Amino acid sequence: MSESAPLPGPYFGEYGGRYVPESLVAALDELTEAWEALKVDPTFKLELAELHRSYTGRPSILTEVQRFAEHAGGARVLLKREDLNHTGSHKINNVLGQALLTRRIGKKRIIAETGAGQHGVATATAAALFGLDCTIYMGEVDTERQALNVARMRLLGAEVIPVTSGSRTLKDAINEAMRDWVTNVETTNYVFGTVAGPHPFPAMVRDLQRVIGDEAREQVLALTGSLPTAVAACVGGGSNAMGIFTAFVGDPGVKLFGFEAAGDGADTPRHAATINKGRPGVLHGARSYLLQDEDGQTVESHSISAGLDYPGVGPEHAWLADSGRAEYRPITDDQAMAALRLLSRTEGIIPAIESAHALAGVLELGRELGPDSVILVNLSGRGDKDMTTAGHYFDILDRDAEQM
Amino acid sequence: MSAAVPGAVASTIAARRQAGSGALIGYLPVGFPDLPTSIDAAVALVENGVDVLELGLPYSDPVMDGPVIQAATQQALANGFKLRHAFEAVEGVRARVDAPVLLMTYWNPVLQYGVERFAADLRDAGGAGLITPDLIPDEAETWLAASDAASLERVFLAAPTSSPERLKRCVELSRGFVYAVSTMGITGARADVDRAARTLVDRLRDAGAENACVGIGISTADQVREILGYADGAIVGSALVRALAEGGVAGVADTAARLATGVVA
Ligand SMILES: Cc1ncc(COP(=O)(O)O)c(C=O)c1O
Repeated sequence: MSESAPLPGPYFGEYGGRYVPESLVAALDELTEAWEALKVDPTFKLELAELHRSYTGRPSILTEVQRFAEHAGGARVLLKREDLNHTGSHKINNVLGQALLTRRIGKKRIIAETGAGQHGVATATAAALFGLDCTIYMGEVDTERQALNVARMRLLGAEVIPVTSGSRTLKDAINEAMRDWVTNVETTNYVFGTVAGPHPFPAMVRDLQRVIGDEAREQVLALTGSLPTAVAACVGGGSNAMGIFTAFVGDPGVKLFGFEAAGDGADTPRHAATINKGRPGVLHGARSYLLQDEDGQTVESHSISAGLDYPGVGPEHAWLADSGRAEYRPITDDQAMAALRLLSRTEGIIPAIESAHALAGVLELGRELGPDSVILVNLSGRGDKDMTTAGHYFDILDRDAEQM
Repeated sequence: MSAAVPGAVASTIAARRQAGSGALIGYLPVGFPDLPTSIDAAVALVENGVDVLELGLPYSDPVMDGPVIQAATQQALANGFKLRHAFEAVEGVRARVDAPVLLMTYWNPVLQYGVERFAADLRDAGGAGLITPDLIPDEAETWLAASDAASLERVFLAAPTSSPERLKRCVELSRGFVYAVSTMGITGARADVDRAARTLVDRLRDAGAENACVGIGISTADQVREILGYADGAIVGSALVRALAEGGVAGVADTAARLATGVVA
């Protein structure tokens, strides 16, 4: 384990904080206090570890991908297989922890926002497992491009509410979930899906996701005898990236790379490259980088990947970017889709489009770092949910099948 | 008539209280349905009994707002609302009527404009100050300094769930009045304004509040009358926005006049 403890929040340098209506402060204080107590509680730690072992399927394995790595300058590429978790992504790590927290504070209803639907599915799953009422807010645009996940959530017993305000994507789903929370805060806990939002969410979600990097650090050491040259992850809100970065932040020799969605290109108007192209401001309760116009109105983001299609980013990433500890690079839709196909064809692993952004980044990174380097990549999710998008993108659907 | 007298909101409310009643505070968004009409509508509110104006600054992510205000501000943005229109609106209203004008704004637009510059430009336009629904005292250091420097009033929100310590801080830092959130929730008309409002106002008095005004959910003259029975002001938003959307300036003038019948002592 690296020595330095991660920052507890609310601030990460000049970022983070709580820019929320006063009505939410008591609930955020309650969550902060409960989480501070729970995270050092041995019973909770055992309970969460057991859930992860017998339900999530942790520890997730490390897979070395040699045929893929031939396209990455011959670097050794190791995938941390969060795609193999129950429900298909890293999101479950966070949700099970917050479900236990919900039980601890005695609330019976959980709500969540979702973009790709993975966090919504994970939350609906935990609600089923813990016997909680569950409402998921999802932008109408996303309910269309991730229709399968909508069906999964409903099958699990959750109510899915398509959000029709604003740009009808993840940012508006968060607004709507916040409105629900302000109104029903006495009975309801908001299970936030990423390392953004007001304190304590950035620190708490990171604490729950850091299991990814903690496991991977041991696994890489056991496999190669040393720490990796670089660690890579895609960045939407930033939870899978903080999850794998945190164990390595205190290792100065390990380079950290986050890959943002550049949509049509970071220099076009259609992208979600928040750190590369945004500037500091306040959105969804925290100060961080965001995509905005000169008046501070949030600008709509664009990405083929619903999970990365977000104009904000977690405050700890803003801090890691400014301090130079981590580097953030843009990856276009086309680069991500090419990497998705390459991993599928060379290794028989179909990644989520989100995770494919990290893979595309690694193809460049491997060439820069050379054949002696070892690159650890967070494969944050699997591609099942993306087959409609990929089918259209690669034009590999049968016309008859499409008409069904 | 356009320069704001420092403390104009506080003194207007105090005058109403001394007259044995309280203040009617009316909200409308700038730029809805368009900039000139929004100015006319604000003027009409004052001409029909509204004592203090609260002009809302349209914002892309209004987490405190219900469907009526969301729809109006979204339309204002679609019509090309820019921040400078807010100052133009304040100036335009102040040139025609003497009621104090507060801007109600989410924080990021102020931050991007520059907090000090925003305060100076608001003062120069004749504005009285800001209501900041997503800026809590904990994050308000630069705003406290800028509002002091520009002699602007600053209204923080108090909620039924706020701790006694937080209410105390809110009262200490607010200038003009404290905005007592009547109920846990977002803007929008409600049949019953929560009993929680009365309890909150009592707690604010205990914390030393001189002016405590109640907002969220108020839509009728009866509710205004009931609230002014214990609070110093009643804040009406969605009901006015709906009246403007459905009946234009004449419609909103009518609604304001009807609400003002609740103010009579
Ligand atoms: C598989 C996968 N990876 C990554 C993300 C992006 O989120 P974050 O940046 O918080 O990890 C999502 C979000 O839906 C996802 O489903």
